[in-house]
Amino acid sequence: METDHMTSLERVLTTLGHNEPDRVPLFLFLTMHGAKELGLSIKDYFSRGEHVVQGQLKLLEKYGHDCIYNFYHAPLEVEAWGGEVVYCEDGPPNSGTPFIKDIKEIDSLEPPLIDACTCLEKVLTSARLLKEHVQDQVPIIGVVMSPFSLPVMQLGFNKYIELIYESPLLFRRLMEVNTRFCVNWANAQLDAGSTAICYFDPVSSPTIIPRELYLKTGFKVAKNTIAQINGPTATHLASGRGLSIVDDLVKTGTDIMGSSSLEDLGRVKAACRGKLTVLGDLNGIGMCGWTPEQAEEEVKKAIAAAGPGGGFLLSDNHGEIPFQVPDEVLLAISRAVRQWGQYPLDWISS
Amino acid sequence: MKHDISLLVESLLVADRLAAEGIVNELTQDVSPISIIETLIVPALEHIGRGWEDGSVALSQVYMGGRICEKMVNILLPPGAPDRKDQPRMALCVLQDHHLLGKQIVYSLLRAAGFELLDYGNISVDEVVKRVKSDGIKVLLISVLMLPSALKIRKVTTAFDDMGLDVKIVVGGAPFKFDDQLFQVVGADAMCTTASSVVPVIEKIMEVSHGN
Repeated sequence: METDHMTSLERVLTTLGHNEPDRVPLFLFLTMHGAKELGLSIKDYFSRGEHVVQGQLKLLEKYGHDCIYNFYHAPLEVEAWGGEVVYCEDGPPNSGTPFIKDIKEIDSLEPPLIDACTCLEKVLTSARLLKEHVQDQVPIIGVVMSPFSLPVMQLGFNKYIELIYESPLLFRRLMEVNTRFCVNWANAQLDAGSTAICYFDPVSSPTIIPRELYLKTGFKVAKNTIAQINGPTATHLASGRGLSIVDDLVKTGTDIMGSSSLEDLGRVKAACRGKLTVLGDLNGIGMCGWTPEQAEEEVKKAIAAAGPGGGFLLSDNHGEIPFQVPDEVLLAISRAVRQWGQYPLDWISS
Repeated sequence: MKHDISLLVESLLVADRLAAEGIVNELTQDVSPISIIETLIVPALEHIGRGWEDGSVALSQVYMGGRICEKMVNILLPPGAPDRKDQPRMALCVLQDHHLLGKQIVYSLLRAAGFELLDYGNISVDEVVKRVKSDGIKVLLISVLMLPSALKIRKVTTAFDDMGLDVKIVVGGAPFKFDDQLFQVVGADAMCTTASSVVPVIEKIMEVSHGN
């Protein structure tokens, strides 16, 4: 097995430049596994930024992947807005009952101030501490929910879809408020040491809304928001399809696109070549039941489909690896990338 | 009627309620409500469901279409009308999860197909077992988004087995789409990848129970 010649950051920057680095970069989007490493419950683990720092550093050492993932959980942002976080023992925390009970409340809604929220401050603390540890060796990924997707937790999914279709003025007002929050939150994470921001935007996926509606809504919101974020962004559709909106995503100004295992990775790569770096697309749910041998096969398949020419980051397809994925599968993925991901990828043609 | 189906599909996909109502209202002079539901509304929703399955239709379109149809069917065939389906007692829920959209879509679609069902909403494992027993439910539909919720279904199926309850469990939602064996792992009887495919699954369960 070859040894690495580049730092993780060099490897990632090279692939983002659509060139081939020493090997395919591996992004293991591990959030809850840090709690396992520290022997803590998920709730305790996320109660302090220092836990996340220790957890991420242990995971980095164990799996030797190419990023620090300073993401706690999606409802953290809802907590900042005054909503409820519901913890469970074996999965990511869930957002509680939506805090906007009546859409008329949108008229007077104001975004929370970043430095007034203890829950957000924890994330900034861990970003600062992680940056001190890894310096410029490993990229630190911060996360925001897009202004267009956050309302699923603010309002509830069904009420939000009804709002998009039936209440254009309130929709516009909500986007304006959410954009202010999202930009401030993203830039605070970049200031604290994050290298790039993962812009989670599942509602923009054609799995959730048709492209014609996306162009009038989520696309405009993303273009406006991403332009105000002072660093590189990766748009993640969280397992949703994205192939039919690749060119639209390019126009939003994003650099990376999270790909779904529901689509052909080779076709996604062909559509993105030279325009967007592809991030994906190992099936996170499937991973729970993989053997190490299956993990190796899946890694080979993904690298063969999207590795050539760079512009590819190997990861799961959802942006969060389930708590149930066993360590031996993650170790097998990490080994397989080192074995089959060395450039040049001559084994593919043979 | 074929022409009407494509017109109805077209109006539902753009959430044009008035156009959809216009198509249905035009038929009510000559066609019975149950026939409109079975030969126009259900096929239109099935068409949309197939689109969702192959990726050409988005979830928001499935939801808005189902909602429009549910309202139309409630007028054509008010709850409790004698023409509504002769069916096993059914209930629908999500397990400790505030992601309610999938459940709402299934609820609207089944009601739009003339079925009656109880909506348990967001409920715990213990509570759902208790209510299924007391309500005499024969078919329980569980919608999930998160993997931990999917894994909780195993506790429900085990509890039914322990109590000797003969309840068919039909599941659906993202985790089952990404792992087509998962429904068996959690002990469910059937898995649906689209809301509209719940209808034939229930009809099959009804056939089997009538056959017995």
